[in-house]
Amino acid sequence: MDGEELTEQETALYDRQIRVWGADAQRRLSKSHILVYGMKGTVAEFCKNIVLAGVGSLTLVDDRAVTEDALSSNFLIPPNENVYAGKTLAELCCNSLKEFNPMVRVSVEKGDLSRFGGDFFDKFDIVIVSCCTRMTKKLINEKCRKLSKRVAFYTVDCRDYCGEIFVDLQKYIYTKKKLDENNQPTTVECELQYPSFQESISVPWRKLPRRVSKLYFAMRVIESFEEAEGRNPGEISMEDLPAVLKLKKELCEAQSMNESHIPNALLERLVMGKREFPPVCAIIGGILGQEVIKAISGKGDPLQNFFFFDAMDGKGVIEDISPPNV
Amino acid sequence: MASLHHSSAVKAAKVLMVGAGGIGCELLKTLALSGFQDIHIIDMDTIEVSNLNRQFLFRQSHVGQSKAMVARDAVLRFRPNISITPYHANVKDSDFNVEFFKQFNVVLNGLDNLEARRHVNRLCLAAEVPLVESGTTGFLGQVTVHAKGKTECYECQPKPAPKTYPVCTITSTPSKFVHCIVWAKDLLFAKLFGDKNQENDLNVRSSDASNSPENGEDVFERRDNENIEQYGRRIYDHVFGYNIEVALSNQETWKNRNRPKPIYSRDVLPGKLNHQNGNVDKSCATDDLSSVSTMASLGLKNPQDVWSLAENTRVFLESLKLFFASREKEIGNLSFDKDDQLAVEFVTAAANIRAASFGIPLHSLFEAKGIAGNIVHAVATTNAVVAGLIVIEAIKVLKKDIDNYRMTYCLEHPSKKMLLMPVEPFEPNKSCCVCSKSPLSLEINTHHSKLRDFVEKIVKAELGMNSPIIMHGVTLLYEVGDDLEEDMIANYTANLEKVLSELPSSVIGGTMLTVEDLQQELTCNIYIKHREEFDEEKEPDGMVLSGWTQAPLEKKDDNKKLVGNGGSTSTALPTEGQKEVELVEISEETEISGKKRKQPGISGDETNNHNEIQKLDVVDDGEDDLVILDQCDIDKKKKKRLQ
Repeated sequence: MDGEELTEQETALYDRQIRVWGADAQRRLSKSHILVYGMKGTVAEFCKNIVLAGVGSLTLVDDRAVTEDALSSNFLIPPNENVYAGKTLAELCCNSLKEFNPMVRVSVEKGDLSRFGGDFFDKFDIVIVSCCTRMTKKLINEKCRKLSKRVAFYTVDCRDYCGEIFVDLQKYIYTKKKLDENNQPTTVECELQYPSFQESISVPWRKLPRRVSKLYFAMRVIESFEEAEGRNPGEISMEDLPAVLKLKKELCEAQSMNESHIPNALLERLVMGKREFPPVCAIIGGILGQEVIKAISGKGDPLQNFFFFDAMDGKGVIEDISPPNV
Repeated sequence: MASLHHSSAVKAAKVLMVGAGGIGCELLKTLALSGFQDIHIIDMDTIEVSNLNRQFLFRQSHVGQSKAMVARDAVLRFRPNISITPYHANVKDSDFNVEFFKQFNVVLNGLDNLEARRHVNRLCLAAEVPLVESGTTGFLGQVTVHAKGKTECYECQPKPAPKTYPVCTITSTPSKFVHCIVWAKDLLFAKLFGDKNQENDLNVRSSDASNSPENGEDVFERRDNENIEQYGRRIYDHVFGYNIEVALSNQETWKNRNRPKPIYSRDVLPGKLNHQNGNVDKSCATDDLSSVSTMASLGLKNPQDVWSLAENTRVFLESLKLFFASREKEIGNLSFDKDDQLAVEFVTAAANIRAASFGIPLHSLFEAKGIAGNIVHAVATTNAVVAGLIVIEAIKVLKKDIDNYRMTYCLEHPSKKMLLMPVEPFEPNKSCCVCSKSPLSLEINTHHSKLRDFVEKIVKAELGMNSPIIMHGVTLLYEVGDDLEEDMIANYTANLEKVLSELPSSVIGGTMLTVEDLQQELTCNIYIKHREEFDEEKEPDGMVLSGWTQAPLEKKDDNKKLVGNGGSTSTALPTEGQKEVELVEISEETEISGKKRKQPGISGDETNNHNEIQKLDVVDDGEDDLVILDQCDIDKKKKKRLQ
């Protein structure tokens, strides 16, 4: 890739990672612009990773005030009322993130993300949303897709010991190292076609392979419940469990899927554990960071299109949930 | 189903972290957020600029300060009410003895070298404290749990030997750039700037050069009447010109190889060195001598550029000059350091000139530095993921949830759809000399090998002991310690130079030696077998240690042990090469492989107890997923069922 060379300062600071992904990828990173929404523990982890990696800019959106919940797994906010009083989550995180790497521009944008227009999203290469309703996810995903340039879209959520990442890179072309017939290393061009969030979650459940992570279905049940009840994400408690289980039954019937596919114990965990579990934040925030670096640098196989982790079994699994024609 | 959350077990736990580097910073943060309240952390290192891309608790202003101390302060900013006790010290210090380790409920390693890992493993075994071990390289990582008697210990599987190269490849027949780097760093740099008394094979092939003009004097000494540039050019012409001519005269060597081309400085750079802004006095003016740089002096900007032969020649001569002009006091005591800019410049240039001579592609300073400094690829994301996995395992350890311990691999390419792959821990290896105290046997020529060889090559290098005591029956042959009497020290020093059979208590075939490390509380019994001859190529040390082998695959069916299959392979001996020049230490992070337990010749062997399938906790409805560790390397035994 043409473009300015890395400065001496950049080469010294990024030495160890340039050895992983190359100077070329580092240059691309330094020109990329990232937007995140929903400053909870997992997104804080992601932001730390991507600021350290040396992206061009990071913009934070989250006008909420600090709550005990928000403090519980977010290392970017000092638990001192004198510091956080009167400031939004995004402002507080921004102050801490700036210190991690003076070469990255970290800033805050105020307002309701779902009301921002296409020209706002056009300024970014990567858009990441967390803790928002299914409606908002779909809406922002569609806005990104309507732009003339490709804006990669991700959702990330952690509940209890579980985490989920969704990826939409639209049409994505990248190079991959391979061995040719003579066992010589060579590069091949690959093309991936991603479905939107809406397309993905509309795939009939019975059409999915039998082994698809149970977490996929469980997360959709919780999402449907919150949407039907008009709740904010995470506004759910044990009192809601009977209604959640009832909804699960209905959804399984409508999708002609055996109910046992979504264990009640799993739903119970997701309903009960609304606080993030810091080790899972670190893991999901790390995997998401890695995926965003891949997408920006065009190096390495990006995951398509869901990732799930559950600390109870320790597996970190990729699931491709795409309509058959994609 | 057991809960992992903020429990009393976590709050009450006292944990020891070893290492506050890449994994350590992430780990300390995640422990603090997860509710741990009493954390002790040991790290002997200070902060460097190249740490800042991932060790997020540190800032530019902290460069030079203790990692353990700064990490503590940084975490207390967001968790002010917990207790973090930092130790800016080496974990191998005698203060960190078994008693010290016993106060902890679990030990968490985020280390960067094999030696320290082995040491901590032994202390954890002796103190009976569970250990969670970890490592990362680039996008790869792993986390393992070690609990005495329940799972394998860190050393149950012999560790791969550091990568080494045969001496003659380095001195005479390099075929890869790394060979040129080893030559430039371990031979030429060491010869010119290091300890003059050290054995050095730089001129190994010019033994027939006794009639050379330099006869009688050390070519590498600067002559009284010589200015620095003349000296530099003379060294240049000797190592890149004359030595190559000498090597070429040996026709046999080049029968099946490309003949190298001698290079003389006058052909590459006919005129005198021409300085653009290079000015030794100016360089001297900087207060930090290690910042003296040839690149700055010659106006070379980008460390990613590959220099031409002429540029390399200029850098060679200029950096040699700068060493003499600005750092003369250090000459004679220097050893290569990847953070010493001038040393890296010199080694890059020398390696490139040698590469040009042998028709090997040249490399940039950035690449050369990575190879010479054995720099580990490291990114924040993998460290963050691994730290999360460590905390999950640590909580299981505290809850004594043994059945759910897992070792987890972070993969770069998914295997069975998984990027994070958990595997059930293995049982202890019964032939492990560390956790099973299994005796070892050593084939050695007791009439030729000295006690020193045994101490250096076996006791220290292979057994990883720090302060060993060697006993034959009740006779002490050797020991290390601060409180020894002078006559004892003299006695031991004399013993070191004796061959085994002539020691005060003669060590011959059939002798059982006891080697003990008091700090590690580890005792090994070694049965000595006398052997006359060793294969110089395959057994360059002249000794073969055996008994510490791959774990037999059988877990229950012990009557079919594969005696003789791998049973006589020494743990850390290189399989090829002559006398070895050591280049690579295992560094920041551990061996990573999905290929654990590779045991050649075993898969498909019907004497094995195939398809032993272990059912792990089946949580939900039992749609079992068969997990195989590595497809190309399928160990029939290692098929595991994970829910």
